[in-house]
Amino acid sequence: MRLLKDALARRGMGLVTALPGVLVLLIVVGLFLKSKAILGVAPLSRLLFSSAWHPLKGEFGLLAFIAGTVWVTVTALLLAVPVSILAAVYLSEYAPRWVREAAKPVIDLLAGLPSVVYGVWGVLLVVPFVGNVLAPLAGVYSSGYSILAGGIVLAIMTFPTIIHVTLEVFSTVPLSLREASLSLGATKWETTRHVVLRKGAQGILAASVLGFSRAFGETMAVLMVVGNVPAVPRSLFDPGYPLPALIANNYGEMMSVPRYDAALMTAALVLMLIVLFFNVLARSILVRVERRVR
Amino acid sequence: MNGRADARLGRRKRTELFFRALAAVSAAVVLLSLLLILGTILWKAVPALSLSMLTQTPRGGFYLGKEGGILNAIVGSLELALGATALAFLLSLPLALYLNVYKGRASKTAVWTRFFLDVLWGVPSIVYGAFGFVVMLALGLRASLLAGILTVALLELPIMTRAIDEVMRLVPRELTDASASLGATRFETALKVLVRQSAPGILTGVLLAFGRGIGDAASVLFTAGFTDRIPGSLADPAATLPLAIFFQLGTPFPEVQQRAYASAAVLTLIILVISLAGRAMSRKVTRHVVK
Repeated sequence: MRLLKDALARRGMGLVTALPGVLVLLIVVGLFLKSKAILGVAPLSRLLFSSAWHPLKGEFGLLAFIAGTVWVTVTALLLAVPVSILAAVYLSEYAPRWVREAAKPVIDLLAGLPSVVYGVWGVLLVVPFVGNVLAPLAGVYSSGYSILAGGIVLAIMTFPTIIHVTLEVFSTVPLSLREASLSLGATKWETTRHVVLRKGAQGILAASVLGFSRAFGETMAVLMVVGNVPAVPRSLFDPGYPLPALIANNYGEMMSVPRYDAALMTAALVLMLIVLFFNVLARSILVRVERRVR
Repeated sequence: MNGRADARLGRRKRTELFFRALAAVSAAVVLLSLLLILGTILWKAVPALSLSMLTQTPRGGFYLGKEGGILNAIVGSLELALGATALAFLLSLPLALYLNVYKGRASKTAVWTRFFLDVLWGVPSIVYGAFGFVVMLALGLRASLLAGILTVALLELPIMTRAIDEVMRLVPRELTDASASLGATRFETALKVLVRQSAPGILTGVLLAFGRGIGDAASVLFTAGFTDRIPGSLADPAATLPLAIFFQLGTPFPEVQQRAYASAAVLTLIILVISLAGRAMSRKVTRHVVK
C-alpha cells in the first residue's frame, strides 16, 4: 500500500516535471501557428525590415518597433550596467557587514515592485525631468515622453537583476586570491580590478545579458513613459514604440482588422525568440562559471 | 624613498579613493532610487486616498472624475493572485520534490528542468499574455477570471519552483538518509522531512510569486479583461489593480489621474505588506526545522 502510494506519487510528480520544457515549446509553437497567417502573405524580411506600419492597408512593418525596443534597451543597459557593477563591487568588497545586510531587502523590494508602479513613478518624475531639465540642457525640445525616459526607468528596473547575479559571481571568487593580491601590496581597488573583476568577467557578462533580456521584454513601465510613436527614433529625446508596447496597446482592435492579430503574434514571437536566445546564452555562461568553481 | 615612487604611491592612493567613492555612490544611487520611488508615489497619493476609494466600486462616470472607488480592482486582483498562486503551488511543490527526492540533485533531468525553469523565468509577461490569448482563442474562452488565473499561474510557476528548489537543495543529506533508514518510502520522506524542513523557504517562495502575480499587468491585459463589477464567478471578467492604474493614468482628467496615484500606492502597500509578512512569518515557521 505504501509502496503503491510511492509509485503513484513518483509517476504524478514526474509528469509535472515535464511541464517547464513542454511549456517553452508550447509557447513558441502556439505563437508560431498564430503568426503563420501573416508569414504566408508577407515575407519575413519585409515584416522585420520595413518601417511601413499601416494595419488598415495590410502593411505590417515591424522595423520601427524593433528599433524602438533596441534603443530603449541599449540606453537602459548603458545606464544600468556600470552603476550595477560598481554597486555590487561596493557591496561585496568595501561595505561593512551591516550595510550589506541592509541592502539585501532593499534590492529584493526593488525587484518586487510592480512594473505599473515604476511606470507611474516615471510619469510623475522622470518624464518631467527629461522634458524640462535634460532636453533644454541638450538644446532640444522634448515632451519628456522619450527613449531616454524609458531607458532611465528600465535601468532602475534592471538594477536588481544585474546586482544579484554579479554579487553571486563575486562570491565565487576565492578569498585567498584576494588575500594574495593584497599581500603583494595591491590596493583594494587594484585587487578588485585585477582579481575580482577579471575572475568574474564571464559572470558579469552573463549578468548583463540577463539584465538585457529582462529589459527587452518589459512592457507596462516602458509603455507609460516612452511616448508610443511608430517611427524609427533618431535621438534619445525622440519618442519610441517598443514591441511589447505595440502588443499591449492594440489588443483591443486587433480582432477587427484582418491579419492584425497575426502581425501582433509575430511581434510576440520575435520577442520570445530574442529573449530565449539571450537567456540561453546567459545561462550557459553561468553554468560554465559555476562548473569552474567546483 | 625617492620623489618619483612617492608620487606614484600618491596616485595609487588617489585612484583607490576615487573608485571607492564611485562604487559607494553607485550603491547609494541604487538604494536611494527605491526611497525616491516609494516617496514620490506616497507623497502624490496621500491627497487622493480616501475611504470611499477603497470600499466602493466605480459608479457611472468614474473615469470622468465622478464618484466611486477601486474596490472591484482590489478584489479582482486578490482573487486572481490567490487563485494563480494556489494553482502554481500545486504544480511547483511536486515538481521541486521530484527533482530533490526521486531524481538526484545533479541528475540530467534536474539540470535540464532547472534550465527550462530559468528560461521561463525570463520570458516577458506580455508573451505569457499573448500565449494565454492564443490558447483562449483555441479553446473558445472569453476573457475571464479563470483565464487570468491560468495565465498568471504559468507566470508564477518558474519563480515559485526555483525558490522552493533552492531551499530544498540545502536540506542536509543526512536527514533524508535517516528517514530512509527508518523504513520510510521516498514519498513519506518527501512530505515529512523535506517539506517540513524547508517550510520557511517554501513560504518565502510562495509569497514572492504572489507578489509578482498581483503586480503583473501585461499578462492579464488580454486574459482577465476589465470590468467595473466585482467578479461573481470564474467565468466573469475581472478588473485588476495594475490595469486600473494604467487606465486611470491614461485619462485626460487630473482627478482621475490623482486616483491612479492613490491606486498605485495601494498596490505598493500590498507588495510591502507581503514582503514584510514573508520576512516575519518565515522566522515563525522555523519551529519544526532541525538545525
